[in-house]
Amino acid sequence: MSIEVKGVSKRFGDFVALDDINVSLPTGQLTALLGPSGGGKSTLLRIIAGLDSADEGSVVIEGNEATHLPPQKRNVGFVFQHYAVFKHMSVAKNVAFGLEIRKRPKPEIQKRVDELLELVHLSQFAHRLPSQLSGGQRQRMALARALAVEPTVLLLDEPFGALDAKVRKELRDWLRRLHDEVHVTTVFVTHDQEEALEVADEIVVINQGRVEQVGTPEELYDAPANDFVMGFLGDVTTLGGRLIRPHDIEVADRPVGPDSVEGTVSRLLRIGFEVRITVLTDAGEVVTVEMTRTHARRLRLAEGATVFLTAADGATSVAGSVDAAAATDLAVASGG
Amino acid sequence: MASHVSSPGSTAAGGGTTATTWLLRVLVVGYLVMLVVWPTAYLLRHTFTHGFESLQGVLQDPDVTHALTLTGQVAVAAVVINLVFGMVVSLLLVRYDFPGKRVLSWLIDLPLSASPVVVGLALLLVYSPIYGWFGPTLRNNGIEVIFAKPGIIMATCFVALPLIIREIVPVLEELGDDQEQAARSLGANGWQTFWRITLPGIRWAVAYGVVLSLARSLGEFGAVKVVSGNVKGQTETATKVVERTYQSQDLDASYAVAFMLVFAAVVCLVVVALLRTRDEKEKA
Repeated sequence: MSIEVKGVSKRFGDFVALDDINVSLPTGQLTALLGPSGGGKSTLLRIIAGLDSADEGSVVIEGNEATHLPPQKRNVGFVFQHYAVFKHMSVAKNVAFGLEIRKRPKPEIQKRVDELLELVHLSQFAHRLPSQLSGGQRQRMALARALAVEPTVLLLDEPFGALDAKVRKELRDWLRRLHDEVHVTTVFVTHDQEEALEVADEIVVINQGRVEQVGTPEELYDAPANDFVMGFLGDVTTLGGRLIRPHDIEVADRPVGPDSVEGTVSRLLRIGFEVRITVLTDAGEVVTVEMTRTHARRLRLAEGATVFLTAADGATSVAGSVDAAAATDLAVASGG
Repeated sequence: MASHVSSPGSTAAGGGTTATTWLLRVLVVGYLVMLVVWPTAYLLRHTFTHGFESLQGVLQDPDVTHALTLTGQVAVAAVVINLVFGMVVSLLLVRYDFPGKRVLSWLIDLPLSASPVVVGLALLLVYSPIYGWFGPTLRNNGIEVIFAKPGIIMATCFVALPLIIREIVPVLEELGDDQEQAARSLGANGWQTFWRITLPGIRWAVAYGVVLSLARSLGEFGAVKVVSGNVKGQTETATKVVERTYQSQDLDASYAVAFMLVFAAVVCLVVVALLRTRDEKEKA
């Protein structure tokens, strides 16, 4: 294990940012710390980097006890949400900074900087000032700068949070490809579940200062440990008192078994290939169902129609309330 | 100057009538002429009534040259001390939280509001060799503060203290500590971070503060007058020479020295203006 966090707690005044966190982050993998804003994930990342200190607990990086080491002795690369570029230095100088601090010979620095700028596709901008770069280019430069010192771990704090949606998506794909090339142990913080599911090998879900679940994207999506994880990783609705994904509900025009729930379609919304219906069940539950356009046509669905709902075979469901669903909406709103 | 003042006025007025704009311009220009331009021009005219004669005259007076040298030395010393102290205090105020921070911030502004004469008197009360708190002890150890150069430097430091700090603090705040944290994570220690990241980030503010406080130090009169003792050829500063020569009806010498002080101040302001332009260019 590359990073071992044991019993870490952190308070800011009365606010408990982290409450007895224990996680092991595997070597060579891309791990996401996922959770709603204010949940403590950035604090955890900053404690790993040494930029903040834990009130209790210990951090071990690649077998080295790091709890009380200052950031400059941890050999970690850190990438900030707002880039933290050195404004008065050229792009090449920014990337060379860590190597110059380490007093490496000039030709070696030059060679390494050239390689890294090549890697992040910024070779032609080497002599520009950061203010002449776009947000995405600045963040790529910051990544090259962090990679220059060959860090044991690369830590990224909401690296794409300040970028617009299109650039964010491009950089996300690019980060995944970069990681497959460089293989440095990487941990990134995000509140965007789609980003985490798409990029990460492993996801640590953090909420209200605690770890809710650790697992691969598939594990988390298919077997969420609780209603929070279920609600945070995707859309949810309730059927028969359990949380379930809207696309995991089967709709029929007659009962298909003892578990079928009868209800009336109160709203029908079509979005491209997808049809989203809201069903008011006889038990008084409001259920959202997602299906393809073809399926909806075959059933001749319309507002006011009577339908029977069943959980699909192999559907993921957990006991829970709609509060978790509300938390998802909040997270999505803050993510947007 | 006139165009500089009127241009924001005319754009801000937008739809305002030309008459109002013109009235405002006349008012502002008139105010500046009465207060600054006319007296300074008058000073210039008197200095150069006989060409460079009066300037050459005063420069041959050893007491005057001594006073000018003393003023220069004191100003440079005060600026260097305030520069070091000012940077430390600015970093402390912006980057750290500690009890009494607000009181410290308030104390730093005190020299701006207190009369320099009061400052001089206060220094006298503490360091006077006869009745001061530390004065006798210092004198017994062979250190003269009051009526000597150290006292003059202290008084000058005091009055110019806020200028550098008030320039640096807002720039440091705007800069944030992101870049410093990035430098730390890349392996830089505190000293390297300061030299390579923080100082370059605030360099124009520092330069601006240095020039302003140099100008202020050269022109200090009240506080220095109280603590210097005004011994001709020993502890008499340039501003004091202006007063002495004026009172003894040696108007030529008085105007000549006054002109040199004004000239130094103008040079400082020009440097400041140039620095400002470079600073803005870099931000753009």
